[in-house]
Amino acid sequence: MNKHYTSFAIALHWMVAALIFCAFPIGLYMSDLKLSPLKLQLFSYHKWLGVTVFLIVVIRVIWRATHTPPALPDSIAVWQQRAAHGLHHLLYVLMFAIPVTGWLMSSAKGVPTVYLGLIPLPDLLGKDKALGHLLENIHATLNYLMLALLVLHVAAALKHHFIERDDTLARMLPFLKK
Amino acid sequence: MKTFNRYLFAAILLAASSAHALEFSEVQAAKSSMVFGYKQMNVPLSGKFAKFAIQAHFDPSRPGAAQAKIDIDLSSIDTGNSDADEEVLGKLWFNTKLYPTGQFVSSTIKALGGDRYEATGKLSIKGKSLDVSAPFTFKQDGAYAIFDGSFKMNRLDYGLGEGLWADIATVANEVSITFHFVASSKK
Repeated sequence: MNKHYTSFAIALHWMVAALIFCAFPIGLYMSDLKLSPLKLQLFSYHKWLGVTVFLIVVIRVIWRATHTPPALPDSIAVWQQRAAHGLHHLLYVLMFAIPVTGWLMSSAKGVPTVYLGLIPLPDLLGKDKALGHLLENIHATLNYLMLALLVLHVAAALKHHFIERDDTLARMLPFLKK
Repeated sequence: MKTFNRYLFAAILLAASSAHALEFSEVQAAKSSMVFGYKQMNVPLSGKFAKFAIQAHFDPSRPGAAQAKIDIDLSSIDTGNSDADEEVLGKLWFNTKLYPTGQFVSSTIKALGGDRYEATGKLSIKGKSLDVSAPFTFKQDGAYAIFDGSFKMNRLDYGLGEGLWADIATVANEVSITFHFVASSKK
């Protein structure tokens, strides 16, 4: 079995990482801005980033369903391997749920999503102020949950690379292989 | 029988012409609406004005004599985005403190054939008066007349969205106004 992910899977992983790295702070910053053209632009860019994450995650799920990821080093305790799997599953759930709640929230707030300013997404919900507010809270809470899980995800990868000195991180960054 | 037919014909004619001569002048505010559509980052949004007053009279048999004057309470705006409702009342947009009312006054109303007509007149907003033409349809539904029409305008022609809002890549220049007026005849 391969010791690292395929270059396709690696590319998608880092693309999503980069997109989330941009979308998260934009989302945090734009919400508290006073209304201005910049605010409207940031909202649109944030939504485009979210839709892109969603589309790539669909491809990643298809990849996972049709490929076996490289095994973790045997030196890792079974419970830790299970924890890693569980964390990955949760991250996949959030990478779906966060864009979807953002999309629904946009519809409920009466501002449809037009991907890249070109492709209008359908509104699954009608305009509803209370529902929009609720979805905003859910969207934000899921994001903070994702942030916490990502801190664990990154910390675990770094711990394996720098403390245990195994090839866990090299599965996603083959040039680090020891 | 022949005489009877002739009377019947005359009666129908009379009824038809009197129905035709109805002049619609009592606008039913609760049944009427004035909505507008615009694009923000290419996202189509719609809003409306909740309060407007219309003085008008329209007789389909004499459209040339018809007139309309519409006063719009600009602060009754609902932009479709609650964030924006307050912003558009400010100086850069409508500046409602100085210019609380928008007004349309017709100069000519002409028949375009069928149930189609066109109203031309001056639209005044924020101290600027410009000519606009709005095609509309007239339909009679029992005692009511229903007018449906729309026209497009450029917000920047009226100084709506100055300064940082003048960038039309974010909020498009074109705004479409769609109106639905229901009127009855004076009893």
